[in-house]
Amino acid sequence: MSEPTARVARIDSDEPTGRVPRVDSDGDPTLIVRRPIIDMQQLWKTYRPGSLDVHALRGVTLTVDEGEFVAIMGPSGSGKSTLMHIMGCLDIPTRGSYKLDGEDVSKLSENSLARIRNREIGFVFQQYNLLARLTAWRNVELPLLYARVPGAERRRRALAALDQVGLSARAEHRPTQLSGGQQQRVALARALVTDPALLLADEPTGNLDTAAAAEILGLLQELHRAGRTVVLITHEPEVAAVADRTLRIRDGQLEPAEIAA
Amino acid sequence: MRWRDTLGSGVEAIIGHGLRSLLTILGIMIGIAAVILTVGLGEGAQSSVNSAISALGSNLLVVTPGSTTSSSGVRGGFGTASTLTLADADALGSKKVAPNVIAVAPQAETVEVLTAGSTNWTTTMVGTTASWLTVRDRQVQEGGFFTRPEVSGADDVVVLGSTTASELFGAESPIDQTITANGVTLTVIGELTTAGSSGSTNLDDMAIVPITTAQQQVFTGTFATSVSTIYCEASSAAGLSGAYQEIDDELLSAHHIVEPSAADFTITSQTTIASTANSVNRTLTDLLAGVAGISLLVGGIGVMNIMLVSVTERVREIGLRKALGAAPTDIRRQFLVEASSLGLLGGIGGVLVGFIGTVVLPHLQSNPVSLSIPATIGAVFVAIAIGLTFGVYPATRAARLSPIDALRSE
Ligand SMILES: Nc1ncnc2c1ncn2[C@@H]1O[C@H](COP(=O)(O)OP(=O)(O)OP(=O)(O)O)[C@@H](O)[C@H]1O
Ligand SMILES: [Mg+2]
Repeated sequence: MSEPTARVARIDSDEPTGRVPRVDSDGDPTLIVRRPIIDMQQLWKTYRPGSLDVHALRGVTLTVDEGEFVAIMGPSGSGKSTLMHIMGCLDIPTRGSYKLDGEDVSKLSENSLARIRNREIGFVFQQYNLLARLTAWRNVELPLLYARVPGAERRRRALAALDQVGLSARAEHRPTQLSGGQQQRVALARALVTDPALLLADEPTGNLDTAAAAEILGLLQELHRAGRTVVLITHEPEVAAVADRTLRIRDGQLEPAEIAA
Repeated sequence: MRWRDTLGSGVEAIIGHGLRSLLTILGIMIGIAAVILTVGLGEGAQSSVNSAISALGSNLLVVTPGSTTSSSGVRGGFGTASTLTLADADALGSKKVAPNVIAVAPQAETVEVLTAGSTNWTTTMVGTTASWLTVRDRQVQEGGFFTRPEVSGADDVVVLGSTTASELFGAESPIDQTITANGVTLTVIGELTTAGSSGSTNLDDMAIVPITTAQQQVFTGTFATSVSTIYCEASSAAGLSGAYQEIDDELLSAHHIVEPSAADFTITSQTTIASTANSVNRTLTDLLAGVAGISLLVGGIGVMNIMLVSVTERVREIGLRKALGAAPTDIRRQFLVEASSLGLLGGIGGVLVGFIGTVVLPHLQSNPVSLSIPATIGAVFVAIAIGLTFGVYPATRAARLSPIDALRSE
């Protein structure tokens, strides 16, 4: 596979990890200094639900640079979610290497991984994964709890994140009292609340009508413009069109890059 | 996660799963209360036996007919033979024969129906001598006890226990009233001070008559000639072993027995009675503790069940929390707080029920209940340990899963 980020000149930099100061996005891309935040080499993921092996990923190699907005498309069951779970350090590959921000994830301790999931990554699940017991703002607050943020500030930041997704009026509602789209927005607010450098969203607009989808998309673009790296799974070409680059996956393998938009 | 947040979310989870938490707490409570009450009953029985033994009187030696040594072959068991007579008691009362024995009270008793006017009452009739009162350490509340001359004269007099007196005469004073027993009319000359009950015997329900009167007129059968017990009071605790020897020697020679092992009587001291009773009680307490242990185990298995279900149900939640940045320590602590709070609440509840039980139970049944502090502390520890083991262990295991595996679990 050829260099997927060929149009961006890459220079090894000594810059500290974390958010890269965003260079003017309308400017000449060759002037932008970027480092890969995600670097996957020959990644395999094999499930063994019964006696038969299921290869969800078959040797995926890709890099995503800091500040990039990447869309992933592919048919159902092609391994999109699996890939994204590994990106988010929620699952481990069966084979291959994954470097996140230059660090080999397989060598990290449980506690470092927990810290990374908490501070560096915001994850929006395909199935929302909200706690039914808790109200919307308490769900959004959860990551801050593990970041040891004091109570009052947690509430303030959770409400701000809900406001950002346009749900401040529903802060005291439980997930069961919200529509699917609203639940998805709560999940997005929860991913945003720690202000992570990398935002991973698994079909965030899948359950939304056009207006709401556009709103979420606008929000993701805004976050991207503010310097965050965004990786998004989608089925809709209009959504993918917003991204800097689209990766296509089929049967656990990336399609040649030249097909990508 | 900060400790106060961990505590807060633990309490929230307990309240959030109200019914389940309640059942867990209930299981622990019942187990602990069962341990406290059963051990309390056992220890209460023990202390009541001890007080019954000390109520026998001080420095007492009790001579009973029959032998406890099985080597003698043909002899009947403890208390079955009636080899002791009034003459034996008279001999032991002699200062020359037994200088260490200061008082002797032979006793024979049967169950008799007493009649006073139209009222009758069935009770134990005790035939004895004038020294019974001091030897048995009892007092007369009204009137007096019979004297030596009354015993030798076989006078028709009787002293009643307080229960017997009130059953026969109600609130009326029994003194100088007459009662009939087995066709013999007896005049009541005294009433004993209430002594309470000692184990299963009611010390206040009895009628005491001179042994001569009893044997010559009232009793029929074995006790018309023999006595069932001879109580001997030693001069002091130090004189107890001397007295024992004197009684043994005298009775052996009086009964023409050469071999001491062939003795047809048994001498028991208060200490031997106490140690026998205590060993019986120890067995009883162990048995009860075993029963209590089983109920704690059953309660524990219930708690374990609920905990396991609750953790399994929440593996998804554990996965989500891990995905949001919870370290394994955070998960472990969360379940630690939940499980130990449940254990503690159940523990406090159980101890409370146990305490209330030790106060209320004695009013509902005749056995006393005492509060055993070691059993209480032990039960609480076991309950919390059960909660922790079965609440934290599965949670810790779930915390080791990758977030996605945990999120996918059913
Ligand atoms: N836990 C698992 N055990 C066994 N097979 C699995 C497991 N998870 C995923 N798979 C398989 O791996 C493949 C990829 O699954 P994945 O969820 O990544 O697909 P997807 O591209 O996200 O699909 P969709 O668009 O429907 O969400 C599928 O064939 C699926 O059946
Ligand atoms: Mg998927």
